[in-house]
Amino acid sequence: MNKFIHSVQLDEEACTGCINCIKYCPTQAIRVHNGKASITPEFCIDCGRCLRYCPHHAQTVSYDSIRDIRDYRYTVALPAPSLYAQFNNLKNIDIVLNALLSIGFNDVFEVSAAAELVSEASRAYIREHMEDAPFISTSCPAVIRLIRVKFPTLIPRLLPIKPPIEIAAEIARKRAVKKTGYAPEKIGIFFISPCPSKVAYVKSPLGIEKSSVDKVLAIKDVYPALLEHMTDDESRLKPLASSGRIGIGWNNAGGEAAGLITDNYLACDGIMSTLRVLSDLEDEKFHGLKFVELNACDGGCVGGPLNVENPYIAIAKTKKLNRILPVARTHSNDMEDLKDIDYRWNECIEYEPVFRLGESFRESLEMMGLVEELTEQLPGLDCGSCGAPTCRALAEDIVRGEATRNDCIYIFHEYIGSLSKEISFLTRSLNLSCSNNDDSIHLLEDYIQKLTTELSKKER
Amino acid sequence: MEELLTFNYTIPGDDFTRAGEASSSVKNKLKKMGLDSNTIRKVSIAMYEGEINMVIHADGGTITVEISSEKIRMILADTGPGIADIDKAMENGYSTAPEEVRSLGFGAGMGLPNMKKYTDYMNIDSTVGVGTTVTMDVRL
Repeated sequence: MNKFIHSVQLDEEACTGCINCIKYCPTQAIRVHNGKASITPEFCIDCGRCLRYCPHHAQTVSYDSIRDIRDYRYTVALPAPSLYAQFNNLKNIDIVLNALLSIGFNDVFEVSAAAELVSEASRAYIREHMEDAPFISTSCPAVIRLIRVKFPTLIPRLLPIKPPIEIAAEIARKRAVKKTGYAPEKIGIFFISPCPSKVAYVKSPLGIEKSSVDKVLAIKDVYPALLEHMTDDESRLKPLASSGRIGIGWNNAGGEAAGLITDNYLACDGIMSTLRVLSDLEDEKFHGLKFVELNACDGGCVGGPLNVENPYIAIAKTKKLNRILPVARTHSNDMEDLKDIDYRWNECIEYEPVFRLGESFRESLEMMGLVEELTEQLPGLDCGSCGAPTCRALAEDIVRGEATRNDCIYIFHEYIGSLSKEISFLTRSLNLSCSNNDDSIHLLEDYIQKLTTELSKKER
Repeated sequence: MEELLTFNYTIPGDDFTRAGEASSSVKNKLKKMGLDSNTIRKVSIAMYEGEINMVIHADGGTITVEISSEKIRMILADTGPGIADIDKAMENGYSTAPEEVRSLGFGAGMGLPNMKKYTDYMNIDSTVGVGTTVTMDVRL
């Protein structure tokens, strides 16, 4: 399976070639060449940060359509707990879950219910493996992808437990098969996602070979469809909700850690802060921690770019909703079919050294020497006009053979200046000598041609 | 031995917010060179500890990192107070860090022992009142 399948994509038509996105990408995966941005698949971690900063909305997310429910005989919706935080004054989760049935799903299974089971499994795993603590949470796929390409020493710290969406999908399919008698592939499991990284996770999962989720929808698409079907007439609501504060709390930063019932944790949100925490963890700057929760989005999953509501308002709404809920409503010993779930990862995450300059250490070392030299020669403004986010990134691109020195407009400016000087010198010699006029005119023509060609290369 | 690449850093003395910038920069460069992660970890931790020491005790200094095909050498030179008793300084938990530094979570007396632990060779050349030069090697 391709390990670098992505959900974040570029709409070439919408892209104007401005350089906003290249500056915000935490892994420097975007370049602008010939007036269009492009994403290096090996570097991209699907965090979706570029989506937020592109003024032209040229970065898009590929996900599925609600119409895909027609492809299955029976469908189950798996709402992410972030979905509940989109609505004003929601007092009963059943209102949302019943509306999901009204828009066409046959059944629902809350990801927050699975999250309560995952919290339980995580508590047990950490208790049994305390010598390997601190463990890093693995519910945010963008964070796992970041660690996979940038922090090899932290891979053994990843909590090898499947994320709530996977556990929810497994339970939902098993129950649907039992209820309907249909073959498992006739059942469609639809996750309603707050972010692109979970779309990518389903296509190219981490820690397991294949995801049980069939389709991924965006909260921003499902939300408006639900509105007209929401009713607070309790007599018409089927009781479906089965999660409490622990499960729903997973929708914001610190929620997963809270489910572990320990004070001995660190919770961090936002991809740039996550990078710093990972770097410090790598240098062993923290001692005695049990758990490290990392969320790529500001505020946690409610900050995902496929949500509708402002993440901080969403957190306030979740708090309000949680006030009326019990601590947890789904426990592994509640029902027979929850007892034999396999929570553990069954595939290892391997380091992908995509940022390595050369094939070998020796080659990389030489290339690094060239990068250092080039970086010194570049103006150091990090202006981004070349299409790379920093001068150093341009130097690396040049050494990798993906850019040239003249991509730097300052260096190009000097180059054109030197060509102009040569032309004026030629013109002078042309005036002085009358004997070989033809040769000089040819030379002059050649130079003007060269100048024009170089300039036209720069034109977009 | 052939020296292939050298990086030079100046460590500012009184700024804790910048302590660790040099070791972090070296770490990122080593990752781009495709060194194995354990080696990078050793260099990064040893250099960070040394860098913090320079900030706490010596009002900064310079760090030179020399990379060859056999080893990574880190030379940390300062013109600080010097170490009066090197053997004592090498003991786990021994610290002369002032209280305000300890309150920031530094100065636990593990700096030099950790530098020794994570490197294959370490030499301390120190004269009281003149300064200290610590040389550390991590073999490749």
